[in-house]
Amino acid sequence: MPTFVYMTRCDGCGHCVDICPSDIMHIDTTTRRAYNIEPNMCWECYSCVKACPHNAIDVRGYADFAPLGHSVRVIRDEEKGVIAWRIKFRNGKKDMNLLAPITTKPWGEHIPELANEAAPSSDMKDSQLLFNEPKYIRMDEGGIHTLESNGLKMKEGVYY
Amino acid sequence: MGYNTVVEDGIDILVAGAGMAGTGAAFEARYWGKDKKVVIAEKANIDRSGAVAQGLYAINCYMGTRFGENNPEDHVRYARIDLMGMVREDLLFDMARHVDSAVHQFEEWGLPLMRNPKTGTYQREGRWQIMIHGESYKPIVAEAAKKSADKIFNRICLTHLLMDESKENRVAGAVGFNVRTGDYHVFKSKTVVCAAGGASNIYKPRSVGEGAGRVWYAPWSSGSAYGLLIGAGAKMTQMENRIVLARFKDGYGPVGAYFLHLKTYTKN
Repeated sequence: MPTFVYMTRCDGCGHCVDICPSDIMHIDTTTRRAYNIEPNMCWECYSCVKACPHNAIDVRGYADFAPLGHSVRVIRDEEKGVIAWRIKFRNGKKDMNLLAPITTKPWGEHIPELANEAAPSSDMKDSQLLFNEPKYIRMDEGGIHTLESNGLKMKEGVYY
Repeated sequence: MGYNTVVEDGIDILVAGAGMAGTGAAFEARYWGKDKKVVIAEKANIDRSGAVAQGLYAINCYMGTRFGENNPEDHVRYARIDLMGMVREDLLFDMARHVDSAVHQFEEWGLPLMRNPKTGTYQREGRWQIMIHGESYKPIVAEAAKKSADKIFNRICLTHLLMDESKENRVAGAVGFNVRTGDYHVFKSKTVVCAAGGASNIYKPRSVGEGAGRVWYAPWSSGSAYGLLIGAGAKMTQMENRIVLARFKDGYGPVGAYFLHLKTYTKN
């Protein structure tokens, strides 16, 4: 189910070209519209579909057995932190609107700027721990995330 | 059209390949290497590259030590039995003891993890898996790498590691080319973190034509992790067990998921 481009909606901005991990979304030099140069290498990862500001890219069924007519549209909004899908079946029997969160925090703000963090001491450098460890392994500083507060008990050995 | 040679010198830490592992490595490298020059070279665009480009709706390995679920040694035992003893236990243990803190950091950065409403623990699908809303799993981690790296080279496919002339058995950089312009890129670096991908399409799939791209692992994974390192004389370990995911034609999940959820069986 590779991607295809609605030529009338595409304005050749190149966002899909910029993002495609497979490097198969290219701009046609004659029509100046994007197109999928190699459907065989398309993973259907939807990166280009999400990146397109004009919703000009859709994903179709395989040419050998699925006729066109259905549609999968998506709007990804980093500011609102959600992704909205609209999936329409070709026979009109299903028209689904799906919404899912993509982040719980304002985009990127809670990722620490490590250059501003205190430098690790030489003791820490000699240890085998990673950044924020050991604190972040158990997360039980201040009793917020303790086993007790979650109604659990530490058990020994292997259990299912 | 002529091709240019672009030399990037004075790098302290070069990250080769920036999927989940590479972006994470760049973040970690910035903390431990404070004022060191961290540079990323990636074949695609780090916002959507690697095997998690399209998102991932589960974290397949999480101990849950903080909830009393598993300890790292439980994971080593499980993997050893699962792979009939052919495992490097030190590597397994290392992965298991650090994975929880990585997951907790992802949650802090904004990755939506699902929680069990009754117990408050992360929602499990199995003993090791937890469920997430992972559409932006990769962009979130890429954001951390962008904050950490000094320079990011997108669309650079590294092909060879460079060996140090004065010190034996020491890697001193890497060379590659820009997949768009064909320019030749030389990275001279004190250390190289090789976080490149594995290989897909080693075996020809039964799906043909347009179906060929719909493999379980990303079709753009060209085996750089093996190619770069074997070329530099590294020894391969843990190659006894390879994951080969058969897929039903026109059905997207790996067959394992099919058997597991629908309780089906197959007949040749």
